[in-house]
Amino acid sequence: MKEELREALEACYRAEYGSLLAGLLRRCAGDFELAEAALSDAFTTALERWSESGLPDRPGAWIRTVADRRLTDRLRQPREERLEEASAAPQPELPLEHDLVIPPEHFPHEDDRLRLVFTCCHPALSQDAQVALTLNALLGLRAAEIARAFLVREVTLSQRLVRAKRKVRAAAIPYRLPPRELFAERLGAVLRIVYLVFNEGYVATFGERLTRGELCDEGLRLARLLKELLPEDPEVEGLLALLLLLDSRRNARVGEDEQLVLLSDQDRSLWNTDSIAEGCRLLRQAMGRGRPGSYQLQAAIASMHAVAPDWEATDWHTIVDLYDGLMKLQPSPVVALNRAVAVAMDEGPQKGLDLVEEIVSGGQLENYLYLHSTRADFLRQLNRKPEARAAYLRALELADNALERRFLSGRLSQLEDA
Amino acid sequence: MRYLLLIYSNESDDAKLTPEENAQLMADYGAFHQALEGAGKHIDGARLRPTDVATTVRVRNGDLAMTDGPFAETKEHLGGFYMIEAENLDEATQWASKIPTAHTGSIEVRPIWEDEDM
Repeated sequence: MKEELREALEACYRAEYGSLLAGLLRRCAGDFELAEAALSDAFTTALERWSESGLPDRPGAWIRTVADRRLTDRLRQPREERLEEASAAPQPELPLEHDLVIPPEHFPHEDDRLRLVFTCCHPALSQDAQVALTLNALLGLRAAEIARAFLVREVTLSQRLVRAKRKVRAAAIPYRLPPRELFAERLGAVLRIVYLVFNEGYVATFGERLTRGELCDEGLRLARLLKELLPEDPEVEGLLALLLLLDSRRNARVGEDEQLVLLSDQDRSLWNTDSIAEGCRLLRQAMGRGRPGSYQLQAAIASMHAVAPDWEATDWHTIVDLYDGLMKLQPSPVVALNRAVAVAMDEGPQKGLDLVEEIVSGGQLENYLYLHSTRADFLRQLNRKPEARAAYLRALELADNALERRFLSGRLSQLEDA
Repeated sequence: MRYLLLIYSNESDDAKLTPEENAQLMADYGAFHQALEGAGKHIDGARLRPTDVATTVRVRNGDLAMTDGPFAETKEHLGGFYMIEAENLDEATQWASKIPTAHTGSIEVRPIWEDEDM
């Protein structure tokens, strides 16, 4: 019974933490410490009370009511005493199947979580702080879990969270939906953070494992949540579509012995067809809104791969066109590099190499592993062995991830054998 | 809420301004000041003389030590400030972005530690 209770409580925590916290934050103008204290009171009370009298019908609503009251209690205290243990005054008896006696103005608002998203991803917070705060406040991930996922020390991550929450209050980062003139820019920052969480899981930049699936899952959860909160935004749909399409390859990307398997060599029967179908459906829906954007374009590129029978039979010409569109919207050397790969498939490695050399002579991406490994691949295909070798070695110097290093060493020894 | 907007700029670049550029800058500052006052957000503000006339004071073990110059050798120095009233950080940073030298230097936005925060 005890175990069952804990599970129910944990499930409630996972599912409702963000919306519970968001509602409380609205009542105390974004004071995270206070809202968290009230919520933590409520979860503690729940464990005690439910152990005695069993699970209520609606655990989430029960906790919301208790947390709301605890916040009221704490707000009645003078400011300096609000966070003290004693401020959580003894609870009046709370009936198990109570009528929901939250004052109407404390009812959850539809926009609460959206406010929370925009606050967590405010540009006055560092990107690391935005990521940590979003995962913690919106998804209820604890500091230890986030620290483990990002391979940083728990104390570092805890301090990052404390500092971010303090700044929200002390600098008065507004707990609100951004006004119209800031909305697009701020939404861009939110989408970037969601993509970053997913991508950090997808391409673990350091460590022994190539992917950290739990971060991909959290990134997807965030993207789904955004889609729920902003159901008609084409870039939100585009982002969710992109993540689903990338994630569909998860099982095919890592081979035996934890080896990185490139898209060109993946066993496509391992791709998740449900994710592909959902991604393509969302993408069509987004494109139908007639407001193209960079996530939609990236999703469109991913969808071209998703429907291709194999690497060679991929519609490279269309992919090059999509990259052209992306370069117009969001020109960057990384996009130019990916475009070069598609051009090489469409028109041969020499064309690809020419484009890469252009990026090199622009002096950009000097320390970018994939620039050197891509250049090395083209040189290898053109049978320019010594140059290919030097380029692989340069890429190897830049690889932080053990699997990437193994992969590049493999390429290098193939080159020697050939 | 009150915020202090600290205006940092490169003094050697400032010194290189032509008289015309300097006049333009002063006019831009005048316009900014007026906008701030007009919106009822201006509390205080001043332009500082360059760091070549700064003096730094430290008291250690009861002894007063004075050094000629600013407390830190950096490229950008504090050249002036505004204290403003703003609803929240978004409003404060909006005002900061309108300070003429935000285009060449940097504006640090610092919330004031109010009594009720203690």
